[in-house]
Amino acid sequence: MPFGNTHNNFKLNYSVEDEFPDLTKHNNHMAKVLTKEMYAKLRDKQTPTGFTVDDVIQTGVDNPGHPFIMTVGCVAGDEESYEVFKDLLDPVISDRHGGYKATDKHKTDLNFENLKGGDDLDPNYVLSSRVRTGRSIKGYALPPHNSRGERRAVEKLSVEALNSLDGEFKGKYYPLKSMTDAEQEQLIADHFLFDKPVSPLLLGAGMARDWPDARGIWHNENKTFLVWVNEEDHLRVISMQKGGNMKEVFKRFCVGLQRIEEIFKKHNHGFMWNEHLGFILTCPSNLGTGLRGGVHVKLPKLSTHAKFEEILNRLRLQKRGTGGVDTASVGGVFDISNADRIGSSEVDQVQCVVDGVKLMVEMEKKLEKGESIDSMIPAQKAPPL
Amino acid sequence: MASMFTRVLSGRNTAVIMAGLGAGTLVSSYIMMTESGVSAGEKKKLYPPSADYPDLRKHNNCLASALTPAVYGQLRDKLTPNNWSLDQCIQTGVDNPGHPFIKTVGMVAGDEESYEVFAEIFNPVIKDRHNGYDPTTMKHPTDLDSSKITSGMFDENYVLSSRVRTGRSIRGLSLPPACTRAERREVERVVVQGLSGLKDDLAGKYYSLTEMTEQEQQQLIDDHFLFDKPVSPLLTCAGMARDWPDARGIWHNNEKTFLIWINEEDHTRVISMEKGGNMKRVFERFCRGLKEVERLIQERGWEFMWNERLGYILTCPSNLGTGLRAGVHVRLPLLSKDSRFNKILDNLRLQKRGTGGVDTAAVGDTFDISNLDRLGKSEVELVQCVIDGVNYLIDCEKKLEKSQDISIPPPKRKMEVLYTQVNGC
Repeated sequence: MPFGNTHNNFKLNYSVEDEFPDLTKHNNHMAKVLTKEMYAKLRDKQTPTGFTVDDVIQTGVDNPGHPFIMTVGCVAGDEESYEVFKDLLDPVISDRHGGYKATDKHKTDLNFENLKGGDDLDPNYVLSSRVRTGRSIKGYALPPHNSRGERRAVEKLSVEALNSLDGEFKGKYYPLKSMTDAEQEQLIADHFLFDKPVSPLLLGAGMARDWPDARGIWHNENKTFLVWVNEEDHLRVISMQKGGNMKEVFKRFCVGLQRIEEIFKKHNHGFMWNEHLGFILTCPSNLGTGLRGGVHVKLPKLSTHAKFEEILNRLRLQKRGTGGVDTASVGGVFDISNADRIGSSEVDQVQCVVDGVKLMVEMEKKLEKGESIDSMIPAQKAPPL
Repeated sequence: MASMFTRVLSGRNTAVIMAGLGAGTLVSSYIMMTESGVSAGEKKKLYPPSADYPDLRKHNNCLASALTPAVYGQLRDKLTPNNWSLDQCIQTGVDNPGHPFIKTVGMVAGDEESYEVFAEIFNPVIKDRHNGYDPTTMKHPTDLDSSKITSGMFDENYVLSSRVRTGRSIRGLSLPPACTRAERREVERVVVQGLSGLKDDLAGKYYSLTEMTEQEQQQLIDDHFLFDKPVSPLLTCAGMARDWPDARGIWHNNEKTFLIWINEEDHTRVISMEKGGNMKRVFERFCRGLKEVERLIQERGWEFMWNERLGYILTCPSNLGTGLRAGVHVRLPLLSKDSRFNKILDNLRLQKRGTGGVDTAAVGDTFDISNLDRLGKSEVELVQCVIDGVNYLIDCEKKLEKSQDISIPPPKRKMEVLYTQVNGC
């Protein structure tokens, strides 16, 4: 059940004027797009599971945003949200994803063999490699909107699928509410444990309800393939390892995902996907591939170069601190990952990271020798589509 | 009719077709069997109450003590006339397991009817929280006649300030966990309009949280009047901070002795206060102000939520009845160190808090002392209880100053008037 807005039809007794949120001090994608006319058109609609436009925007109303950072300000409650509220979500998606149009088609490519190179990133610079994405299970509402029964059903099905994996994928599930102290310590030491969300962006969307019921972490014995169940999305899937062999990380990612998908399909609960939006996730920022492929890489000299930001932009990459989003870099080590999510495939995006990081490591080496990198500055990569 | 359509039509385009035929969204959403699987109507069959029953094994709150699977099963699919559900009432209790030493309530009402529609869970919770008060058999006494108060002037060598607060809800509008933006704005309009009619020592001004100037904000902070967006997960999980700071504000009289919070935890919180020990005057102003505000909103066809079983209806069941907390800031350096202090307070039906309010520690030797009870005793009784109790505490303090011995008073009854009403004596 969503939080606070089930009595939508009752609200229709009040005028649009009276119900329209005050967004005058807001700076997020939702606030930039939502007009009174749009609100008037959408307010009497609901998805089949009962999600309404007020449910979509509540997090954006409660979190006005930041003068410098543009947050999205809306979430989906189920697969149909993207259809029923397309008048709002399509422009938000376009703003967030570089002009992606309502008529554009997204391509999915999880064939790891299409990735060129990626097995030779210099481990003296590239400390670790990681690819993550999310998946939503068809037939269940998403984290802002699901009931306890649905969330538990997602957990049950996911654990069944994951426990059937073998070979390098053989692993174990650790439910949050019944893990032992020793297990918890180990998961923290491995940097696997996720905690109850504290960000008001997530809390305002109702994603922490009933915590820690039906939440948990699954990982394989080698600790190179990890799945989060019922955190911000139904599933977050992560493949990772130390060093620079992104090719291997991506192969494991693709193979693991495909194996899990087969099992879900057998139960008539495949992944949410369509040819316009790719993989459907809770936040519009994660549509398309939902993929963030990245490395932790030492770039002490390049990162202080005047053209560092421009190089990243041209390569369609983004930097973060090694603590993840909204953290600072420590010791010249950066988290470098793809900036795009939709309009290009998984292979495209990981290729982008592999090629871009390779170039930046070469630049770093040049700078170490006191040489100029001006001739190496890349041309602007074309945006997706 | 619905099943005939499900056989004929399926898929996403159904809603478009149905809308085109003039069918409302409710019909189209019911019959829509999407590729995604289940429509809202089908969910009830797929997920019986047992699938949704919350895991309360690690919980320590009134909700967890009372919500059996059977009760949940009976109530899960019910809705109030405003479409508010049980899951929405209990979300805060599910999300906040509680503390081994502090038993929180764990549920809220979304509207006046919640207490009726979900009586099977509210009644045991009310009983647990309010000393066995049984809404099915008992009546709550309301009495705002301040002339009945005796000995209401404290020794100001000990009592630094006196305060009485309560809450009031506007009948016909949903409560803070449930209200839409329009309803919340309506509450603000109704109350502010009423308050603008207050005169003489009660005349004052409204400061809306969205529009106040920096200067006004600083003044309100200095006066200790400003309230902020709730941070307590008990409140945020109940949805009370939605749309902040829309339609929230503070009204106070020019003398700064009568203060109203609008759309914080309740529709209104009403506070009468002043420095020093004149509790009788504080309560007199409290009663007069409340009655005046009530008259002014009634002129325009509105009224407060109230009934004879539960008294004044507020968001949290802990504030039913009078919703009244009458208290003082009082210095008790010797008594507070005496091992009998807590027992004395218990027997007097008083509670201590730090001077920062609930969940704060005492600073120095100054305590916030107030009534424990809310429901089952009238306003006059509760304030008299505080007056008599605080006088007793001051008396103890004076005795200890003179190295005389003090005694623990006999325990006061937890509910006074009701038993005589029920038994007819």
